[in-house]
Amino acid sequence: MELFLQQVVSGISTGAIYACMALAVVMIYQAIHHLNFAQGEMAMFSTYIAWQLMAWGLPWGLALPLAVILSFFGGFAIERIVFKPIQNAPVLSHIVIFIALFSIFNSLAGFIWDFTIKSVASPFGEGPFMGSTLLGKHQAGMIAVTLVMLAMLWAFFQFTRVGLAMRAAAANPESARLVGIRVETMTALGWGMASAIGAVAGILIAPVVFLEPNMMLSILLYGFAGAVLGGLTNPLGAVVGGFLVGIIENLAGTYLGDVGAELKLSIALALIIVVLVMKPEGLFGRKIVQRV
Amino acid sequence: MSALLKVENLTASYGELQVLRDMSFEVEQGGVTTLLGANGAGKTTTLRAICGMVRRSGRIVLDGQDISRRATEDIVRLGVAHVPDGRGTFTTLTTEENLHLGAMARPNNKAEIEADIQKCFEFFPRLKERRNQQAGTLSGGEQQMLAIARALMLRPKLMLLDEPSFGLAPLITRQIFDILADLTKETGTSMLVVEQNASLALELADHAYLIETGSIVMSGSSAAVREDESVRASYLGY
Repeated sequence: MELFLQQVVSGISTGAIYACMALAVVMIYQAIHHLNFAQGEMAMFSTYIAWQLMAWGLPWGLALPLAVILSFFGGFAIERIVFKPIQNAPVLSHIVIFIALFSIFNSLAGFIWDFTIKSVASPFGEGPFMGSTLLGKHQAGMIAVTLVMLAMLWAFFQFTRVGLAMRAAAANPESARLVGIRVETMTALGWGMASAIGAVAGILIAPVVFLEPNMMLSILLYGFAGAVLGGLTNPLGAVVGGFLVGIIENLAGTYLGDVGAELKLSIALALIIVVLVMKPEGLFGRKIVQRV
Repeated sequence: MSALLKVENLTASYGELQVLRDMSFEVEQGGVTTLLGANGAGKTTTLRAICGMVRRSGRIVLDGQDISRRATEDIVRLGVAHVPDGRGTFTTLTTEENLHLGAMARPNNKAEIEADIQKCFEFFPRLKERRNQQAGTLSGGEQQMLAIARALMLRPKLMLLDEPSFGLAPLITRQIFDILADLTKETGTSMLVVEQNASLALELADHAYLIETGSIVMSGSSAAVREDESVRASYLGY
């Protein structure tokens, strides 16, 4: 029982990171109806920026918000410069650009900061959280930061004018234009926010997986699994999906003898396939019917 | 009365297909103008062209300002509220959120917007009952009311209404047209109404234009158009 609880709790803490990535993916998916394959590399790059700021002597409490803000503007700029011009282009053009961004960020990070693995100290400290055997300090910090961020995002979308405009632009772009919303600006804002959320996820997970240019590859796959499981049309569903994937991954790694640590990632991939075959709209998504 | 909207030599096309040819018409300040015509005559396209939702050329002057090269969002910000065909409901959002969206192009004055929402609820009590309901779950008539209320939230100079009777039971249609008549009287909002139901539209409007295959073939006061022999035979059915 002790082991079970431990695995669930630790699943929730990595799940928090997957939830962030899933949410970032869904925010962009809602706006442009494509999966951003470069989301992980963007987050990795943001993490390096945070690391660099700290290496220059900035305290953690300053480096994190600064890196997140820079990521926001970076995401905004990427949409403006790269994606706005091809907004009506076919799917394949988008995929090619995603792959290009992926390798650009990956190589650029390697070029600037080289490919050696760097360890990042946890801002929350080492050791057990309040003497608990279930939860480490860093894990507790990951969960807390994620929950606070999710609550803030929820409040933003629920209670602010811009939040409502963003939801409207995603739900029905044509009607949104007819009430005077600048839909393109909303799309760019969505990119900025997704990029900022990814930055938080990257910075939080860096002390666990170590900092290197390929650190987010598997994390993004788990994020995709979470987004698909929860439903690509439902941000809240994607968050729940992310947490679920974290728990499933941990339990499978512990209890299915043959899975172990090496095959954990296959669980995420298997999950994606099972969901897409059995229930393509995800647990909480809405069915999209298209007239042809 | 002076013209609020002046359209001159309007042409519009979808790709290769030219839908509007050289259309010229006016909407008077404070009045209701209607565009009549059969299916596919180009009525919806005319409204979409005014709002910049299709490629168009020609002059479109709103209140002395040429809007023929402006983007949809900017035209809305100048006070043109379009109630599109299919009603354009934000189906996943609540009724009240839909109304708030209607005021998106206005300055963010919470008290004024709240007061206008209450006014909409007076015009459409059904919407008040459904204020926290997902707008997609509203009936067709309620969604049409919501679309009109959402347009009113802009405090528009000009309302463009595309087929307000579409898919509604005769009783509901009658109700909606009565409300539209009250609205012009009370708020003085000018309207351009596109409608297949010619007798209803002529009752509401002061002025009418008849469109056939993308061109205007007749215009005049509603009373005059109603008396016309060919209109009677083709559009009024008596």
